[in-house]
Amino acid sequence: MTEPILQVQDLSTSFFTDDGEVKAVRGVSFDLHRGETLGIVGESGCGKSVTAMSVLGLVQRPGRVVGGKILFNGRDLLTIDAEELRQIRGRDIAMIFQDPLSSLNPVLRVGFQIDEAMKAHDKIPEPQIETRGIDLLKLVRVPDAARRIKDYPHQFSGGMRQRAMIAMGLSNRPDVLIADEPTTALDVTVQAQILELLRDLNEQTGTSIILITHNLGVVAGLCRRVVVMYAGEIVEEGPVEKIFESPQHPYTWSLLRSIPRIDANRRDRLKSIEGLPPDLISLPPGCKFSPRCPFRIERCFKDDPELVPVSEGQRAACWVMMERAYAEMGARTITDTRPGAASGVHPPGMAPLVAHESEVVADVAVEAGGSA
Amino acid sequence: MATTVVPGIADYSPGGVLVREQVSLWRDGWRRLRRNRLSLVAVVYLGLIIVMAVVSFFWTPYGPNNIGVCQTYETPSPQHFFGCDELGRDSLSRLMAGTQVTLAEGIGCAFIALVAGVVIGLMAGFFRGIVDAALSLLINIFYGIPPLLVALVLYVLLGASLLNIIIAISATLWMDMARLVRGQTLSLREREFVEAARASGAKSGKILFGHIFPNALGPIIVQGTFVIPGAVLTGAFLSFLGVGVPAPQADWGGMAQEGVNAIRLVTHIVMFPSIALSLTLLAFNFFGDGLRDAFDPRQKR
Repeated sequence: MTEPILQVQDLSTSFFTDDGEVKAVRGVSFDLHRGETLGIVGESGCGKSVTAMSVLGLVQRPGRVVGGKILFNGRDLLTIDAEELRQIRGRDIAMIFQDPLSSLNPVLRVGFQIDEAMKAHDKIPEPQIETRGIDLLKLVRVPDAARRIKDYPHQFSGGMRQRAMIAMGLSNRPDVLIADEPTTALDVTVQAQILELLRDLNEQTGTSIILITHNLGVVAGLCRRVVVMYAGEIVEEGPVEKIFESPQHPYTWSLLRSIPRIDANRRDRLKSIEGLPPDLISLPPGCKFSPRCPFRIERCFKDDPELVPVSEGQRAACWVMMERAYAEMGARTITDTRPGAASGVHPPGMAPLVAHESEVVADVAVEAGGSA
Repeated sequence: MATTVVPGIADYSPGGVLVREQVSLWRDGWRRLRRNRLSLVAVVYLGLIIVMAVVSFFWTPYGPNNIGVCQTYETPSPQHFFGCDELGRDSLSRLMAGTQVTLAEGIGCAFIALVAGVVIGLMAGFFRGIVDAALSLLINIFYGIPPLLVALVLYVLLGASLLNIIIAISATLWMDMARLVRGQTLSLREREFVEAARASGAKSGKILFGHIFPNALGPIIVQGTFVIPGAVLTGAFLSFLGVGVPAPQADWGGMAQEGVNAIRLVTHIVMFPSIALSLTLLAFNFFGDGLRDAFDPRQKR
């Protein structure tokens, strides 16, 4: 594989509020390669957006990056001065936001705003800016681009506004495009169009994309690699197929289980993950997901698991998974044939957790039924 | 208009491209301003005042400062519509010449208050912290001093001239604008398009003047139009107290003062400049009201 274009190493970002230090991102590391599409998934408030903002140096007071490195083409973005960072923003790393209406300045024409994004950097020669603006709008499939470029944002539909934002993001031919929930504010058909557009752009222009979302369906449609975040840290990462077919972390598994399925039994209720993410000010010891985890064991409350390789390109941080792996390895070496050893235990990456879903779901259902 | 389809790209508007009249913020505002009768009348009246101010530079029925064109305290007649003052000067001519001072004070002060208030407000709201604390303190100090005292002290320090009077009056009127702009900036800087601009690598100055300022422009203009009547009134009041525009320049406040001195003999001298002043103040206020309604997004129809 090629040299990563963006390397995030042990990034930590905190918000220093009156109530204490909110550790929004704690030791996140990932690599982004040229032309790659990386998905960052997780619930609201698990640190996805803060990670993205940290990369661009956009974390506002009282927030601050407290540790780690962000290497872009080998340069640490956390140590360069403000002017250098400003030049990288938009030129080399561009970002598009969740709500396209509020991300466009309502009193300025769309074309003006796209041109301005180019004028902020000297990458695109001045005489080309105007025609490139129209070309970009065509590229992102805004119909009648030459005329619509003179419109104000409120004259654009939601999908077109997001297209305009993408056009603006792409205007300086960035190496990396960070899309922070780009489809959340849009309706489903428009979502599909925007995702298709992003996929085409990735293929045509070779721009690496970091897609931040809580929607696993969106990730499946666009990304090649997935990072799953929970309570400010990465709990699992790997190629998209592995994550979907054999999720190793119970959180990933729970997320996948909470997607509505068209082939589900009509009488099944949509599964949700019980409980809430932990308070990021006073974090308990041990695995942060343990209070909500259906598979938790004693050790989960004591020690914090580390990300360990579980299969080719896939890493996860979970004691249960490791315990099982060890148990399986032990079982293999001593060729244990006790009942239960084979049915409840799977070596990582080989048999999906879903295989014993019925038994676990039954447990959870009993618990849920009891408390409801 | 036919649907334009970019080759190779699907047409996402099967019913054809939606064609609509291009309506900018300004044209939209003007359209709504026109609907308001009272402010339309005010606009027409203010237009006449401006015309009169321009005309008075080149022509008045008599020279506004010519003494003895008629009898002292002559009452209104076909020769002298508004009568004459103590020195036998034609009141109509002086009233016309007075519009110059009125408009210079109103527009000049609004301009200075606008520039000072916008710059100070933008800085305070955008940089926050110690900058905001210092500028807010300055604003509060100016609020604390009685405006007339500020104007009088500055008048004495700077000396008597129209420009100095405008500066003195502005010093008492810029704070409302600064506060308004500060508040607008504080709220606008948290908006997502500011973050988006920052993410696209825009410089601070560009964000401040290119993104935040245009969004605050509506309220700024409205506040600016409310500064004008305040400035006109203060200017007239200073003249009335005898510390205004130096003689012999005609201005409404000074004319009213002369009229008051003669009020036991004749009433027309005090009456006409007072009426002109009142109407002008009303017109500016109605105009400001109309503008505020026109720019208020909540009243958008």
